[in-house]
Amino acid sequence: MAAHPVHPPGFAHQFEDMEQQREAGSLGMWVFLVTEIMFFGGMFASYTVYRALHLPAFETGSRLLNVRLGALNTAVLIASSLTMALAIHAAQVGKRKSTIIFYLLLTMLLGATFLGVKFTFEWHQDWMEGLIPGLNWAYSGPYALQVQMFFCFYFFMTGLHALHMVVGIGILTVLVVMSARGRFNDQYYAPLEITGLYWHFVDIVWIYLFPLLYLIGGRYALGGH
Amino acid sequence: MTGLIQSGFGLLAAVQEGVPIRPEAASSIAEGVDRLHFFLTALTLFFTALIFTIIFYFMVKYRRRSEDDQPAETGQNLPLELTWTLVPTVLAAFVFIWSSSLYFRNSRPPEASTEIFVIGKQWMWHLQHPEGPREINELHVPVNIPIKLTMTSEDVIHDFYIPAFRVKKDAVPGRYTSLWFQATKTGVYHLFCAQYCGADHAEMIGWVYVMSQADYAAWLSGGARNESMAQIGERLFNQLGCVTCHVADGTGRGPSLAGLYGKPEKLRSGEMRLVDEALIRQAIVNPNSILLPNYPPIMPTFQGQVNEEQVLQLIAYVKSLGSEERKLKAK
Amino acid sequence: MSTTVQTIHDEAPAEASRVHYLNASYGVKSWLLTTDHKRIALLYLVSITLMFFVGGAFAVLMRLHLVEPQGALVEPDTYNKLFTLHGILMIFFFLIPSIPATLGNFLVPMMVGARDLAFPKLNLLSWYVYMVGAILALYSTVAGGVDTGWTFYPPYSSTYSHTQVLPVAVGVFVMGFSSILTGLNFVVTIHKMRAPGLTWFRFPLFLWAIYATSIIMILGTPVVAITIFLLGLERILHVGIFDPTIGGDPVLFQHMFWFYSHPAVYIMVLPGMGVMSELITCFSRKRIFGYGFVAFSSMAIAVISFLVWGHHMFVTGQSIYAGLIFSVLSFLVAIPSAIKVFNWMATIYKGSISYQAPMLYALGFIGLFTMGGLTGLFLASLATDVHLNGTYFIVAHFHYIMVGGTVMAYLGGIHFWWPKITGRMYPDGWARFAALVIFVGFNLTFFPQFMLGYLGMPRRYAVYPAEFQVLNVMSSAGASILGVGYLIPLIYLAWSMRYGPPAGPNPWRAKGLEWETPSPPPTENFEEIPVVTTDAYDYANVGVTRG
Repeated sequence: MAAHPVHPPGFAHQFEDMEQQREAGSLGMWVFLVTEIMFFGGMFASYTVYRALHLPAFETGSRLLNVRLGALNTAVLIASSLTMALAIHAAQVGKRKSTIIFYLLLTMLLGATFLGVKFTFEWHQDWMEGLIPGLNWAYSGPYALQVQMFFCFYFFMTGLHALHMVVGIGILTVLVVMSARGRFNDQYYAPLEITGLYWHFVDIVWIYLFPLLYLIGGRYALGGH
Repeated sequence: MTGLIQSGFGLLAAVQEGVPIRPEAASSIAEGVDRLHFFLTALTLFFTALIFTIIFYFMVKYRRRSEDDQPAETGQNLPLELTWTLVPTVLAAFVFIWSSSLYFRNSRPPEASTEIFVIGKQWMWHLQHPEGPREINELHVPVNIPIKLTMTSEDVIHDFYIPAFRVKKDAVPGRYTSLWFQATKTGVYHLFCAQYCGADHAEMIGWVYVMSQADYAAWLSGGARNESMAQIGERLFNQLGCVTCHVADGTGRGPSLAGLYGKPEKLRSGEMRLVDEALIRQAIVNPNSILLPNYPPIMPTFQGQVNEEQVLQLIAYVKSLGSEERKLKAK
Repeated sequence: MSTTVQTIHDEAPAEASRVHYLNASYGVKSWLLTTDHKRIALLYLVSITLMFFVGGAFAVLMRLHLVEPQGALVEPDTYNKLFTLHGILMIFFFLIPSIPATLGNFLVPMMVGARDLAFPKLNLLSWYVYMVGAILALYSTVAGGVDTGWTFYPPYSSTYSHTQVLPVAVGVFVMGFSSILTGLNFVVTIHKMRAPGLTWFRFPLFLWAIYATSIIMILGTPVVAITIFLLGLERILHVGIFDPTIGGDPVLFQHMFWFYSHPAVYIMVLPGMGVMSELITCFSRKRIFGYGFVAFSSMAIAVISFLVWGHHMFVTGQSIYAGLIFSVLSFLVAIPSAIKVFNWMATIYKGSISYQAPMLYALGFIGLFTMGGLTGLFLASLATDVHLNGTYFIVAHFHYIMVGGTVMAYLGGIHFWWPKITGRMYPDGWARFAALVIFVGFNLTFFPQFMLGYLGMPRRYAVYPAEFQVLNVMSSAGASILGVGYLIPLIYLAWSMRYGPPAGPNPWRAKGLEWETPSPPPTENFEEIPVVTTDAYDYANVGVTRG
């Protein structure tokens, strides 16, 4: 084997140098996020089709959701993206590992808060009101069948999103452990950046979900009914 | 090459043994479709043969003669590239225009079509003539009269296919689809289900009987029960209690249905919907999804209580209701 | 292309003492935990070959059954399961991974001049994900089978079928992620890990084909994953997404399903076209004609393929105008394929042609793919599609492309790179014989089906009217020949791994970075990363290395 320069820890030998590794990792995450866009996109597309076909029903369904909790969760997620960015920044400028860990833990906490609000308040409330299709659906107002379809989409889409949050929190746990072991410094923080991309993406999906599900129920129409 | 030889033998066999290479052409559109099909066949065989021939020619002429053969480079040739891009494009455009205009004509039923109703159900076809006769897996039609089939399914997606007429359309549950044809030759022709629908998909087949117009009229009026679809529909309308709310003079809890069919109706949301078969069906199986401005949403759903055939009979009845009563009612 | 000097010195070490990727480590763990792209390619090779023969066995049973109009072998229920599983196994577990996961995995790093793919561990994960999907599909086969057709149309698949729909749906869902990971790996590798001097327009056209394929894998697969996910939820929870009784739309499923499944057929055929460019140039000993046109055709096919899905739905009752748009786009997507065929033929023109098995497969591909592609015009054309949809014409059309095209290209590629992969030569006489048997068997099987379709015989029929019997018997006769044809390479390729003569680095005197390494290559592919100074297929330049 020809002699090669000493590489920093974390270097993967299929690459020529750290620069190539970093670029490849970043591109890899972007490509993965494109697949996630298509994944969620399939559900967004069918939701859009059904909304166009059953507008009054979907507006009715939307008004049965709790906008306040949804808005709170939106704020929580946006805050968590901020803390994630701060964690990356901390590594970039060479802050102590405890700073990085602090921001990562804060991000995880905010993520967990989001999930807590969703599961223990919103979904529990929906369960109490008999709004879970397939399990305890009890709504019998106008457009009942199509309102059930709205709730199918509500639970599938927010459920899929929540699953991505759980995975994200898992990855953050790994990053916390890596940080604790001093793996990150101002030369090497690519895993933080890449995870940040993923976390911001999950945030952006919610920023689409929130208005689509909660806000366009005609509740704020001028002189609305 | 083998394909070419195959087709040659196939044709020979066809000529010798009378094995057909195309189904009977028994409808007004069949010859037109066949002409396009044969053009495409000729195109395919021509280009396939051309390419195989050129390949064979190159294989012989340019075969490697020694291990150190070094062919000269052939440069790029933009005009050639553009030519063999443009020629297929022009051919494709030609076929597209021909096919699309044919398809346009073949898809629009003529005004004066006789309507027959088709319900696909695992694993049989129910056919219902408006005058009354019902058939299973058989369809009697008169020759030289345009026939429009309005179709739906009781369960899964089926597909109504008459090869001799070159027509085919899915029968989809929850909606009405339609196809039309005009038979040009009396005779008996295959009817197939062409969308896989479960265990006995291959048994969901039958026959189309094309009869002279006189024979068809005789067939229509013969037979045991002759209640028209509208008459059966009226009976159902009373039996199921529809008449209690949908009083003809508009004084009931529900709107009068007289003269309703074919007119636009304004919904509570302000949207205008045309009262056609699809809307009436929706009103019967999912009334909660159609809210009217002046009536509360209290109509119960009849999904599960009526099958698709009965829905069509009820629709036939509603269609038959005149508009005199409606005019009498003020506002 | 010039490389550094080391590899030439490696030309003739004794086979027994040279370390390469096959003998660098031994034991089951060294294979199951490998991150070497070449070993992973072989893991895939074994898996997809197994799935091919299982799916193929079902096809043989189907054709044996169809010699009699009332069915000769099995009950209709069983027949319905046979065609469903034949489709699912062949499409998802053989054709889609075939060339990318075997030849792609093996060659992409070598062709870009890298030591491995960008994400070797992800590559291994993709194989395990594939295996989970495959095991689920095989489980559902032995646990009672599935009878929905590989297209899973609801309401039959969501509400009416009482077979093992869920396990196989999960298996397909899982397998989709294998596809996505593979595509992701290739895209990043091609973008970021090319050797110095290897620009986009200098690398082999196989890479352009793989790149275009990867784009489709990345963009399309997630949509079918979500579609199957929704179908599965409907089946478990009995809620209506596609159920018309609660306002769902069964045709929406078809839109979403075909949005992936049409581009999927290009996932299956584009890599085959990539192999074509490699085989034609080597066995004509000439540079490819129209490199730029072939490269851009691959990309054009990938883009347009996403716009034509509605041509599977012309008879569903969709609007005439939607039909027109999908029809014109479907005609358009045929043009880049035609351009490629003409460019390959211009490459052969005035070349120096030799007829080893890979070239026979390549020439067969050109003819059969042309025929398959032209029969697509019948189906893009609205007026004729109404008559032909749902009949054996469709079956013949897609088998001409998938089998006459992709499988021939796959076999051609396997034979071409076999000496590189295994370090052994296979017996070419047997290989040419098998290629001929396959060609004859294939045409006899599927040409009669065009005629059956036009005569009106619908597909997926366990029994049929007696007037269709002659053509069915011809088709079944062809299928038995085809089956034998596929078994022959299995035998001599396996034989060659032990008893075949050792192959040197470049037995075909081909151009390409992979041919400048020993056969089999060392684990890290290149002692030193090569520096590339010439275009691809530089056959006019008498080669630096000799075989």
